[in-house]
Order: sequence, then C-alpha cells, then structure tokens
Amino acid sequence: MSDKNPKRRDFLFTATYAIGVVGIGAVAWPLIDQMNPDASVKALASTEVDVSSVEPGNTITVLWRGKPVFIRRRTQDEITEAKKVKMEELKHPEKDEDRAKDPEWLVMLGICTHLGCVPLNDKGDYNGWFCPCHGSHYDTSGRIRKGPAPTNMEVPKYEFVNANTIKIG
Amino acid sequence: MKKIISITYLIFLLLIGSYQVNAAEKTDLIKIDWSFNGLFGKFDRGSLQRGYQVYSEVCAACHSMKYLSYRNLSEKGGPEFSIEQAKAIAASFEITDGPNADGEMFTRPGKLSDKFYMPYENDKAAQAANGGAYPPDMSVLAKARGGGANYIYSLLLGYEDPPSGITLDDGVYYNKYMYGNQIKMSAPLSEGLIEYGDGTEASVEQMSKDVTTFLMWAAEPHLETRHRMGFKAIVYLIILTVLVYYSMKKIWSRIETEV
Amino acid sequence: MSDHDYQPSSKLGKWFNDRLPLLTLSNHLAEYPTPKNLNYWWTFGGILTFCLITQIVTGLTLAMHYIADSDLAFASVEHIMRDVNYGWLIRYVHANGASMFFLAVYIHIFRSLYYGSYKSPREVIWIIGMIIYFLMMATAFMGYVLPWGQMSFWGATVITNLFSAIPLIGEGIVAWLWGGFAVDNPTLTRFYALHYLLPFLILGLVVLHIWALHVPGNNNPIGIDIKKPSKDTVPFHPYIVIKDGFALLMFMIVFAFFVFYSPNILGHADNYIEANPMVTPAHIVPEWYLLPFYAILRSIPDKLLGVIAMFAAIFVLVILPWLDTSKIRSAVFRPLYRQFYWILIIDVLILGYVGAMPAEGIYLLVARVATAYYFIHFLIVLPILGYKEKTIPVPLSITEPVLGGSPNLGIIKNKKSLN
Repeated sequence: MSDKNPKRRDFLFTATYAIGVVGIGAVAWPLIDQMNPDASVKALASTEVDVSSVEPGNTITVLWRGKPVFIRRRTQDEITEAKKVKMEELKHPEKDEDRAKDPEWLVMLGICTHLGCVPLNDKGDYNGWFCPCHGSHYDTSGRIRKGPAPTNMEVPKYEFVNANTIKIG
Repeated sequence: MKKIISITYLIFLLLIGSYQVNAAEKTDLIKIDWSFNGLFGKFDRGSLQRGYQVYSEVCAACHSMKYLSYRNLSEKGGPEFSIEQAKAIAASFEITDGPNADGEMFTRPGKLSDKFYMPYENDKAAQAANGGAYPPDMSVLAKARGGGANYIYSLLLGYEDPPSGITLDDGVYYNKYMYGNQIKMSAPLSEGLIEYGDGTEASVEQMSKDVTTFLMWAAEPHLETRHRMGFKAIVYLIILTVLVYYSMKKIWSRIETEV
Repeated sequence: MSDHDYQPSSKLGKWFNDRLPLLTLSNHLAEYPTPKNLNYWWTFGGILTFCLITQIVTGLTLAMHYIADSDLAFASVEHIMRDVNYGWLIRYVHANGASMFFLAVYIHIFRSLYYGSYKSPREVIWIIGMIIYFLMMATAFMGYVLPWGQMSFWGATVITNLFSAIPLIGEGIVAWLWGGFAVDNPTLTRFYALHYLLPFLILGLVVLHIWALHVPGNNNPIGIDIKKPSKDTVPFHPYIVIKDGFALLMFMIVFAFFVFYSPNILGHADNYIEANPMVTPAHIVPEWYLLPFYAILRSIPDKLLGVIAMFAAIFVLVILPWLDTSKIRSAVFRPLYRQFYWILIIDVLILGYVGAMPAEGIYLLVARVATAYYFIHFLIVLPILGYKEKTIPVPLSITEPVLGGSPNLGIIKNKKSLN
C-alpha cells in the first residue's frame, strides 16, 4: 500500500463511481420507459360517436382508449333529480351543471372509482348506476352516493362536433 | 494499452471482414454522399418532404407502406410537416373503418392515427393488377435490399435499353442494377413528372434522390435520434474508460505487477 | 484465508450467514485468489457474463411487445422499431448483442485453446463451456427465426431439414420439430418458447462453469499450477474486477459503435422482407458466427455425412482434453503447437469465408480442404504433437523466473526469439 497522494486517489475513485452510476441510470431509463404507452397508443386520442339514434332514458356504451364511456340521454325527471341534490349530501360535491354541459347528455367514464369495475345501468338506490363489485351507488349524474367508491365517475374531455356527434378526447 | 488497441482493431477488421463477405454482391452501385450517413448524419427535411410528394404521386399508386401512419409525417426526425399539414394529408384519403352499429363498413377521411392508405386490398389483388409481380411494400424497403439507399437510387436511374442479344418479354424492362437485370416495373420517373411544391426542378436524379431519402427515413424513422444518442453514449464510454484505466493503474500500483 | 474461516463482522450478518452463507460466498468471490499474470484475453469471461445479462434483460423487454404469430410477428417487430419507447434501441442491442456474444465466446474459446485451459484438472469447466456454446448456437438460431423475415423462415427451413438426414426417423423428427408440413406458425411459437427458456439454462450452466472454475482456480498465461493464495495471486476484488471492468468498457465501445452506427451491418437485408414460403432468397447465409459450421456441412457431398461432420466438428471440441496429449498447457512453451494453433485459426477463418460464398467451384474445393484440415488438427496433429514436440522449460512460479529478468519479460523475449 504505497500511496503517495491519497487525496487524488480518492477523487479518482469517486469520480469513476459517480460517472459509472450515471451511466447505469441512463441505461435503466429506456428499459423502464419501454413499458409506458407507446406512440401508436398515444395517437388514438379521440373517438367520434354518432348519438342520433339514442332515445331519452337510454344509455350507450362506447370504447375510448380501451375503457367504456357511458353516454346517457337523460329524461327530464332524471335531470331534475340530479339538479335538486344538495351539495352537503354528496361525498364528492360537484354540481350537475359542471358534469353535463348539455343537461340532456351525460358523458362519463363507465368505471367505478373504487377499484375499476364497470357499474350497471339503471340500478341502485339513486336511480343511476350500481357497481356489482363492492356495492357503490351512483345517482343520475354519476355521483357517488353510497358505498366504498371515493369520487364521482370521471367526466372525460368531450365536445359536440354537431347536434348528432360527440367527440370524446 | 497498445495491446488492447491492437486487439480492438483486430476485432473490428474481423467483423467488417465478415460483413464484406456477406455483402459481396453484384454490380457497383452509384454511390451518393447521403446526408444521413456518418456520425452526425441527419435527413434533409426539404428532401424528405419532396420525397413524400414523389412517393404519394408516383409510387403510392402501386406500392403500399403499411407500417407508416400519417402521424409519422409530423414527428420529429422525419419530414416534419406541421400537424395541420399532416392532418390535411391524412384527410385527403378515404379510409375504410367499421363496422358501425349496423355492422356495416364505412369510409371516412383519414386521421393522423391511421396507417398509410393501401393501394390494393391485399397482396393477391396487388399481384393481379401488376401482371403477377407483387410491388413490394416500401416501409422497410431501404433496409431490405443489399446496398440500401444506394441500391434504390441506382435502380431508379438504372433503366436502359437492353444490350443486343437480350430479348425481353412483354411487361419486363431492362435495369442494370436489378438482380438478373429484368424488372417488371417500368421506369417510374421521367423529367418533370411532378411539380415540386418548393419549386425545386424535378429532374429524374432529384426525384430519385428525394424519394430514396424518404424511403430511408421510412425504414429507419429514429435514425437521427440514434446518431445523436450514439455520439453521447460513445463519448460517455470513452470518459469512463479513461477513468477506469487510471483507477486500475492506481490499484495495481499497490503490487509490483504490470497490468 | 480459507472460506471457512470467514466470519461476518456484524451481529446481523453473522445471524444471517449462519442460516444462508451468502456472505461467505460473496467473501469467497471477492477474495478468490487469481493469478496476477492474467492478460487481457482472460477478461472475456466477465465480458461474456455481461453479454448474457444484456441479452436476457433486452430479450425480456422485447418479449413484452413481440407477438409470436406468423401473421403478426413481422409487424410486431416493426411496431417495436417504430412506436415502442426506445424499442429500436432495445432491439438493436439485442440483435447486435448476439453477434457480440459470439465474438466474445470465440475469443474466450481460442484463448483456452492457446493456453491449454481445457487440460487437467479443468476438463469439466471446458465441457460445460462447450455445452453453453452449443446452447448459445441453438438460442441464437431460434432467436433469428422470431422476426419472421425471409432469412428467418428459410434459415429455419434449412436447419430443421438437417434432421431429415437421419435414416428412417428423420422425416418424422422434422415434422415433429415443425408441428406441421413446413415451417409455419406452430414452429414459430415453439421456437419462441424455447428461445425464452434456453438463456436461463445457459445462466444455470454459467454458474456451474464458474463453480467448476473455482475448484482448481484460473489457468494463467504460463500454464503452471500455482499455490493459492501466494505471491503469485491477487484477490479477485479489486484487482481483477477493475481490470475486467476496463476491458468490458473497451468492449462496450465496440458494441455501441455497432448498435448506433451500423446496427444492420451484421444482419442480412433479406430479413427485412416478411417471410414468404413461396420464394427462397437468392443466397441463404446463416449469421456470421455459424458460417464455419455451415461450410463444413456443405463441403460433404452426402446429406447424412454432412450433418454428421457438422456435429462432429463441435464434438471434437468436447473431447479435446483427451485428444491433446501434451502435458504442457500453455502454447508459450510449445513452439510447434503454436504454429499449428495459428494455422487452425486461419483455417477456421477460411471456413467462415467459404461458408458465406456459394457452394460451387473453387469455394467448394477450399471448403473441403479446410474441413479436412480442421479434423486433422484435432484428431491427428494434437495427439501426435504431445509425444513428438520438444517444449521449452517451464518456470516454477510466476514470480520466480527461470529465464532471467522478470518472468513476463522472459516470456516475451522467449517468444520473440522463436518467431
């Protein structure tokens, strides 16, 4: 062990280690990132849906980004019911107006916010949706009213391209 | 150290040699100094955009490019059309989609996420329409031919009258770079065949060069990223190698043996 | 410094080590006495470990995107190359990694041939190594089929057809390998399953290979038995670790050059054409690392004998420890063997060259001569050489020179005077 200049030795080894670690990190990233959504998946951003044939009181389910989207044409009763709910009764307070741009049309991701099951239509204690997995009840605005789900069903970004077509995404 | 360099050199020679063996192939191709070759090689955007024009106005009538999507046209490292331009290009094609709620297929204008429009329904239709010769898909063509870009470029410029003594069947053309010299595609390009949007003169050489560049990009869309990343990676490796070399010297200096 | 004396310093370490002696193992690996005169040809063991791990890791990630279906395989590879984040990088590392792996394994094997590392008491290390090499070829071949290009398809057809040479049951075996009447979807899916499995078998064999190595310890350039630990050895860590690391980095620079600047140079253009059972490419050429065997196969005019010769070419390597009768390990002290060694290398390179050429005319003749010499070297030259050769006196230890000056210098001088 004849080291004349221990300081330089230490610096040399530290620099070597440090730069080596940076390299390992740089190699790890591509191997991790390859599991992220790829370019072709990201490109499938939006879907257009023709809703001209949906009658009031009916729901259609379409697939968007691999997930079901509920599009419900609500009846006047359902709209009234959704609007009269008081905010303090809600676990996740959201006004119906904020959820449905056009009150007649409710567009939301048909996924229970508890653990990701698809709730059943026209079921449950609040005339909306009911999740069979763990018993979450949603109202006619898709808001959580009872059960383990923490939040309302999510409303995706959507717009009316024309009177008959909704573009989701 | 010298020893190592000479070993590395030897390895290189061996590998390159084995490659030469693999690639020992036919006629000398016309060689161009492509902008995408070399350590920092990049595509010439203008050439890529013109190349797409040649492809869409000439080649696309018969040749599919089924692994490319319209979104690729606006991606970095490619022709880099603006998103609007790429959308307009996509929308100019009628894409079959479906089935709709009634179970019917329908057509709609193309979107960025759509694959390139296919000129034929399937390979058989393509063959039937071209006298039995299947026009190859062009997505990876530039990598699927020995000689790569130079081969495609040479082929496009290689049409000539057959030498005396060779008779050709109907629908077969003479090309000095084609394997066997007989090709079922007639010379696809002629002077001024298309009018370039950017005013470049559409000579056969120019069009060949542009469309070859475009095909090279289509086959290797990440080429620019690859070159950039490669340079960084190799510089990094060299720095680390030098550091490790001195660390090694230091460590081995504790004992009286040469590394 | 015997392994059994090792005691972890911490209480927890001791508690754990008493139950699973992992710390004893890692201490053994770190302290492992290594001859201090190992040259850079000895760094390829570490490089090969790196290659295997690289192939497994990149292969695992590729498997997350690849689809083993004859209709979708080619497209899924294009998907990886175009859309998957860094997919092009991972695939190019994997594809070129195979070539780098073989490059390293050939250097490793020829190092062993030069310094007689296969001789007693290291025969088992050598045989395990040969099994690894054989499995590597099988793995590489099946991996090459997966992109389902023209070379994949026709390579698979040609290689599986080798088995049809077996009398009586050959056709049955080939149909069994294919799962059909030709190479098709069932062939692809089983090759995929096996291509995924074999690397882990190789990994297990590598552990055995290293285990078997640690019993007698490393051979060394002068090929003598050394006392360990002694003045002739250094602990594996840090001396050999840093040296292997340095060599590995040099290797990685070459590797990176291929991946980033000529990723397709070692492949064949035809494999970018999707498999077509109706059209065979003009030249069918295996990957470069299989060319010498391919040349041996084609040099024999009889189908069955050709196949036998090809497998025999690997088998003579397996029994090499008993073919070489010389008691001296290192070629440094075997002037005649050294000449034959280089002739063998040239012979194998020639076989590789003619393997890539069409099997006709002068190439076929050269292939036949080279094949004959290959077997002559192992079956005739080596056994006789052991008895006839006049060897140079071997030093007693690495540090105690018998040839004057420092031992390494002595060897170098000695070499020069002989060449």
